[in-house]
Amino acid sequence: MARITREEVERIADLARLTLSAEEAQALTHDLDTMLEYVQALDGLDTQNVEPTAHPLPVATALRPDRARPSLAPEEAVGNAPEREGSAFTVPKVIEGVES
Amino acid sequence: MSALQEVMERYEVVIGLEVHSQLRTDSKLFCGCAVRYGDPPNHHTCPVCLALPGALPVLNERAVSLGVRAALATHCSVQPQSIFARKNYFYPDLPKGYQISQFEEPLSTGGWLEIPMPDEAAADAVRRIGITRIHMEEDAGKSIHDDSVAGGDGSQVDLNRAGVPLLEIVSEPDLRSPEEAGAYLRTLRQILRYIEVSDADMEKGHFRCDANVSLRLHGALDLGTRTELKNLNSFRFVEAAIAAEIERQAEVLDGGGAIQQATLLWDRTSGQTRVMRLKENSDDYRYFPEPDLIPVNIDPQAVHDIRAELPELPDQKRERFVREHGLSEYDAGLLTGSRSLADFFEASTAAYGKAKPIANWLLRDVLHALNEREAEIDEVALVPETLVALLRMVDAGRVTPKSARELIPELVARGGDVEALVRERGVEAVSDAGILETAVAEVLADNADAVARFRSGEDKMLNFLMGQVMRRTSGKASPAAVRDILAAKLGG
Amino acid sequence: MAQRLGTLSELRAALDDGRTSASDVVAQALGRARELAPAFAATRGLRADRAAEEALQADQRRTARALRSVLDGIPLLLKDNLNHRGEPTTCASRILDGYVSPYDATAVERVKAAGGVVIGRTNMDEFAMGSSTENACDQPTRNPWDPTRVPGGSSGGSAAAVAAGIVPVALGSDTGGSVRQPASFCGVVGIKPTYGRVSRYGLVAFASSLDQVGVFSRTAADAAALLQVISGHDPLDSTSLDEPVPDYAAALDGDVAGLTIGLPREYFVEQGVDPDVLERVRDAVKELERAGAKTCEVSLPHTPYAVATYYLIAMAEASSNLARYDGVRYGHRATGAHDLQSMYSRTRSEGFGAEVKRRILLGTYVLSAGYYDAYYRKAQQARTLLRGDFEAAYRSCDLILTPTAPEVAFALGERSADPLQMYLSDIFTVSANLAGIPGISVPCGFARDLPVGLQLLGPALGESLLLRVADAYQRRTDWHTKTPPEAS
Ligand SMILES: [Mg+2]
Ligand SMILES: [Zn+2]
Repeated sequence: MARITREEVERIADLARLTLSAEEAQALTHDLDTMLEYVQALDGLDTQNVEPTAHPLPVATALRPDRARPSLAPEEAVGNAPEREGSAFTVPKVIEGVES
Repeated sequence: MSALQEVMERYEVVIGLEVHSQLRTDSKLFCGCAVRYGDPPNHHTCPVCLALPGALPVLNERAVSLGVRAALATHCSVQPQSIFARKNYFYPDLPKGYQISQFEEPLSTGGWLEIPMPDEAAADAVRRIGITRIHMEEDAGKSIHDDSVAGGDGSQVDLNRAGVPLLEIVSEPDLRSPEEAGAYLRTLRQILRYIEVSDADMEKGHFRCDANVSLRLHGALDLGTRTELKNLNSFRFVEAAIAAEIERQAEVLDGGGAIQQATLLWDRTSGQTRVMRLKENSDDYRYFPEPDLIPVNIDPQAVHDIRAELPELPDQKRERFVREHGLSEYDAGLLTGSRSLADFFEASTAAYGKAKPIANWLLRDVLHALNEREAEIDEVALVPETLVALLRMVDAGRVTPKSARELIPELVARGGDVEALVRERGVEAVSDAGILETAVAEVLADNADAVARFRSGEDKMLNFLMGQVMRRTSGKASPAAVRDILAAKLGG
Repeated sequence: MAQRLGTLSELRAALDDGRTSASDVVAQALGRARELAPAFAATRGLRADRAAEEALQADQRRTARALRSVLDGIPLLLKDNLNHRGEPTTCASRILDGYVSPYDATAVERVKAAGGVVIGRTNMDEFAMGSSTENACDQPTRNPWDPTRVPGGSSGGSAAAVAAGIVPVALGSDTGGSVRQPASFCGVVGIKPTYGRVSRYGLVAFASSLDQVGVFSRTAADAAALLQVISGHDPLDSTSLDEPVPDYAAALDGDVAGLTIGLPREYFVEQGVDPDVLERVRDAVKELERAGAKTCEVSLPHTPYAVATYYLIAMAEASSNLARYDGVRYGHRATGAHDLQSMYSRTRSEGFGAEVKRRILLGTYVLSAGYYDAYYRKAQQARTLLRGDFEAAYRSCDLILTPTAPEVAFALGERSADPLQMYLSDIFTVSANLAGIPGISVPCGFARDLPVGLQLLGPALGESLLLRVADAYQRRTDWHTKTPPEAS
């Protein structure tokens, strides 16, 4: 049985902002299915009461003093922009929506 | 009865607020760029806040201590360990493609604050509103939609604001009306300003609010389906937008419909809410612990130290003013409305030696002048020494209370030397015995009837005669001197 | 043809004796890089003029007796995922087309401060995703020992450049074996330090909790010299370890007597491992025993779960790390898109190669609503168990010895159609990244004329120990002095 459907692959591609051609979608569905089958090996591992590891080594919280430091020169900050107006990046119109 | 009141008779309104308040730091949350507005786009950016390949975040120490301060001031428990998480979504003002926020393990949880009850006559009636959590996160940049960009077809992206530290303060769904929501916001804002955690300036976008609104029948246990109102950025709009949304939901429910979970925007021109997107196709944020940052460990000693440094909160200050200065709860509440006003009151009282006259002058005349100018006391030229100097002149009979009141707007606006201003305006009180005796004699002659009534025991006629003398001297007569002369002439 | 460059120690001696100059050495390295580019594609871009200028400055410092370090005047190459101010950083991806970095990675800054002369960038699998350096956006790198074979990956360009004698040392990065496996395939030394030992600031992220900058060289002594320069705490990397850096060179005393070397039974298995590779590694064990080391069998029981755990964590983190490539601020942007959504999707679809897309999709999937606990959280728990395996093993041994890879360099194109098979070449290297511990690959012979690598794994911050054992082994063997016939 397939672990992932083509529709799911397309939904995920949309979340990841990737457009897939029909062939790509088909091939990737197969690849992802194979990979998910492989990682299912973990199902057999008893992880009850096992703490997850996010960082391999214990490190004390790194903090930075609240001191403003020089930023990049604006020409450097936006020098790589594919498109810009003055020192602002420009993008095709943002249709709708706000986030916070 | 207004439409809103009518709806609220039938439905219980349930409101929870999410506030984003900008922390008062010099630099951004994860990089050393200055927190500054008003400069051209992208003038305060670096590899970190531009999300250049390979750049990494490092947490601002002060942002953490300000967050703890806010948590303590709102009775939250500070978590010994909190964890930053990535909230993944694409937007041009979000350069990394994720916002570094906190999710499963926030900075602090489980607090409350007390809001004044708008409907209660008693000034000290309060309601306790629960605070679910307070967490730290970074602000996004700004997309500027302007018809001039790319021939009207584009948006500009400015990342000066990207990475500025915010606190997100989430309330329990404990608020029951638009007014309560407003009162909660004002109280929260006042606390954050008191403890110098945030300037919380709504107009500047330092204090932004999202509201979750739902309705249910009175007595119902389950919450109704809620909608989320996004980016309410003035106190006025918050209350208006919530009221409009309550009415909209009531109309749907009354028509037998069901509320759809949605994110809404408030349209200030139409005065209505409008659906931005439905929740069923909402984003899947794929939160996971931020691997570039280490968990934030806050030991009890650090919390203890921050608590010890916590300035007096508005409630505490109000109670102390009642206790120490013998003020009414109401007056003390007004005087502690902002920390700067409370400080002004205390400085003036210390210099003058008596609290009540200072309170009276501040609440009556100074606050009026401030309201006219829509300013806070620390934004105007008036300083405590000036107010005290003016009061001393009144006490000495060198200026009448009436003239003094008229000088207040001028002193608020420009400050300066009271003596000089009194001279310049020619409002020094007249205490020259010759002038005053003549005036009194004229008044007694013109008001024989009043004199007779006074003599037959109507004491209040003395005030009338006083008023006549004052009028004849254009209000400049020293009241004490006039009273003495009148008393002598009337044989009292 | 420009001559093979000597090792760092040899070049240092020649420079100090005045037998050569930094300018000559750098010119020789640049010449060799150019001549070998068509055959091996190890480099992606050379900075001839600036490198020559810097070499001249190094020569002036030598004359003024103001040398900055043993690295002063020595040419080296950077994997093309390390930011170098004023230079492109492409990660071998079209999506970074045109990007010129305005800042230095901390490791690069330290190399420059030590007087090292960066002559250019090396080829790699796109965004370090691969084990063969075939996933580069333009052309694959070839193995100097046999150009029909891959150099390993993802730091295949750095490994090949050192093997081909273009430079004595190079920097790479290791997320699941990307330094050690290509070192093994190319017959050079490759060390992946403890997670946090070298700053990741400026290293383009693949998987943040696994990535570490590593060093390629022909000898353990040279690796020690370059590692010394780039190691140490960096306030710009929150995950950087604030621990003193020992004097690595001083640890190289040639003595392994009394050390206990653990041989994990799960790594010495017949199934799935090239028998010739196993034999060479067992020969190396005997050599170390002759030198006075003791060996014992240890167990790392969760090894069978390592690759699955690794790929789940790496892909999840990668899916998020690669979200910043959106065509807004730098790099490639699709033309002609009229709305934002299609600008994003088209930019990313055009910019990323097939393997990168595959990993972004899997990573997005395992983090998405409803799957997080089953996949990502489960993998993080498995990671805890894998770390525990090493902690337990180090109670009965000082370090662990394994083959670096289960095989020798495979043929170009052989694995391209089967991603999973490709992932399994990392089976012996991923655990070190999951546990955050250091590992080194050292040449230990040949199988069918292709190099075989021996991997030493140490406890956290055990770099001195690894370098000491690797150096002791190299003092007793001459595998590292062999030169590839195709690039002699
Ligand atoms: Mg938020
Ligand atoms: Zn910045």
